[in-house]
Amino acid sequence: MQCPKCRGTMRTYDRNGVHIEQCEMCRGIFLDYGELEALTRMQNQYMQPPPAAPAAPAAPAPGWGAQQQHHHHYGHHRQKSVFHMLFST
Amino acid sequence: MNDGLLAELTAIGRAAGAAPDGEPVLLADRRGALVVRVGDLAVKAHRADKDPGELGARLRAAAHPALRDVLVVPLGEPARVAGRLVSVWPYGAAVSPDDPPWEEAGRILARLHALPADALDPPPPYWGGVGKAARTVGRLPGGPAATEIRRAFATLPGWLRGEAPPPPGTAIIHGDWHLGQLVRPPGQGWRLIDVDDLGWGDPAWDLARAAALFSAGVLPPDEWARFLGAYRAAGGRAVPGSGDPWTTLDIPARTLAIQIAATSVLYALDEGRPLDEFETALVDTCSRITRSEVGP
Ligand SMILES: [Zn+2]
Repeated sequence: MQCPKCRGTMRTYDRNGVHIEQCEMCRGIFLDYGELEALTRMQNQYMQPPPAAPAAPAAPAPGWGAQQQHHHHYGHHRQKSVFHMLFST
Repeated sequence: MNDGLLAELTAIGRAAGAAPDGEPVLLADRRGALVVRVGDLAVKAHRADKDPGELGARLRAAAHPALRDVLVVPLGEPARVAGRLVSVWPYGAAVSPDDPPWEEAGRILARLHALPADALDPPPPYWGGVGKAARTVGRLPGGPAATEIRRAFATLPGWLRGEAPPPPGTAIIHGDWHLGQLVRPPGQGWRLIDVDDLGWGDPAWDLARAAALFSAGVLPPDEWARFLGAYRAAGGRAVPGSGDPWTTLDIPARTLAIQIAATSVLYALDEGRPLDEFETALVDTCSRITRSEVGP
């Protein structure tokens, strides 16, 4: 399937069991009938106040590990390199 | 891209029962492997340079009932097209880049690593990823980043540089694990795909990419903690049940940091651009690996 907006390739992604078609190029999302409702239901559950969880202990790193974190979001265009590192060989 | 091969893969998919409507979609065309989606099936032409005997053995292992809850099960026997093996699989939805299922990833790897030695008969070959870092570093050009990467590579044990035989395997491992190797076929949970490197090995290698990216400051600590925590809670054998996980992860994580840094330099060169912040973080990690071994 091609993206109706930019003609990019639409890929099928799984979000908590709901399958969505998302454009690889512009990251636009195509939802089938009922999927928006399913996602909204999930979001409402997510909005319930979560049970108080203990803070996760800091994960130890090896001696050669970085002192600094590099911030990013996977889905964003600028972080194409991080997507490559995590999602391909 | 090879249009003739694409047409042949589409025909194989249709013959295997893919719905006749719907255009074939190219899913991957990387380093000589080609994957096409045909309706509800995925058809893969494996790399021509893969040993057909070994690859056939890995594909037979993937079809073994013991791996049904771990791997996507191939449909039928592999075909041969122009000297290459072609396999057919059910198509599954990919991991959303915005929301990786780290816990599921940890649990599925723990399940794979828990298989006993005699679970697969005949046993699969040794895993196929041993020489990958050496090959990637070997393709580097000159330049300061490449020099840093080569210096770090020189500190790795000899068997990773092709100077000695690798240690014997202790588990069945995926051999090339990353988030792109998880899919969810209709009506099933998450499963692993791509068995081209599947085989006997040290299970720590399946955690190596995530460990390397965490150590480089690229994978956030909370995501790494979710992955490692779920793997450990599921009894994963790659790390000690408690205490320092780096006793077993250290060498595989160093190797993958070096390999990813080398891949990044080659990508940037190919695209005629400088390294970005994250790629630079990997090269900096190589410098720290060298300093940790030989001093500043
Ligand atoms: Zn688009």
